[in-house]
Amino acid sequence: MIGLLDKVIGGSMVVVGLAMLMALWRLVRGPTAPDRILALDTLYVATIAQVVLLGMLEETETYFEIALIIAMLGFFGTVVLSKYVLRRDIVE
Amino acid sequence: MRLAIDIATLFLLVAGCFFVFLGSFALVKLTSFFHRIHGPTKASTLGVGCILAASVLHRSIHGTGLHPRELLITVFLFLTAPVAAHLMSRAALSLMDRRPEAPSTRAEPEGHIRDDADERAEQLAREREEGLDDG
Repeated sequence: MIGLLDKVIGGSMVVVGLAMLMALWRLVRGPTAPDRILALDTLYVATIAQVVLLGMLEETETYFEIALIIAMLGFFGTVVLSKYVLRRDIVE
Repeated sequence: MRLAIDIATLFLLVAGCFFVFLGSFALVKLTSFFHRIHGPTKASTLGVGCILAASVLHRSIHGTGLHPRELLITVFLFLTAPVAAHLMSRAALSLMDRRPEAPSTRAEPEGHIRDDADERAEQLAREREEGLDDG
């Protein structure tokens, strides 16, 4: 059962990696600035999933803090970038 | 009990990576920004929530015991995803010259989802009126 679980975690990492590549394609391609912000948002959400899956595979506790920091800084980055597109200024 | 938890972990993992993939696929496949924003902000958030729940279950038997710390990230993501989506929509609206057209108010007659639903509905109504005039 543990062997099967490890295989499924590995397969999930491959699928989430594909999702990250697709978000990266939109980040490079995206016609407008909000598209690129949206792609960055998707990319950090998928990165949280990937880091948590890696933590499950290696059975360590270290990756939890990394995922938490990515979640907080990713949201902050999305808000600041949207604010910049909205007002052309970050600190009003 | 361990087997049941393992099966629940498997199910949550499969559902989670399916929804994460679905969100990114919507990001690539859909046509305009206001279509695209639905995929990542809803599907991907749900997928990451499933994967974090799977991690909690997995740790409760294979790791150091039940510590629902990953749920902290889930709660944080579920709180911040709507705010981020709202701000990105505002940013996209501010870049447009005029407000986008209102969505179609009438259902498309043949039941397919298409961009020219309003024009087709008007055309069908015209044809029906002409048919009434002839009759």
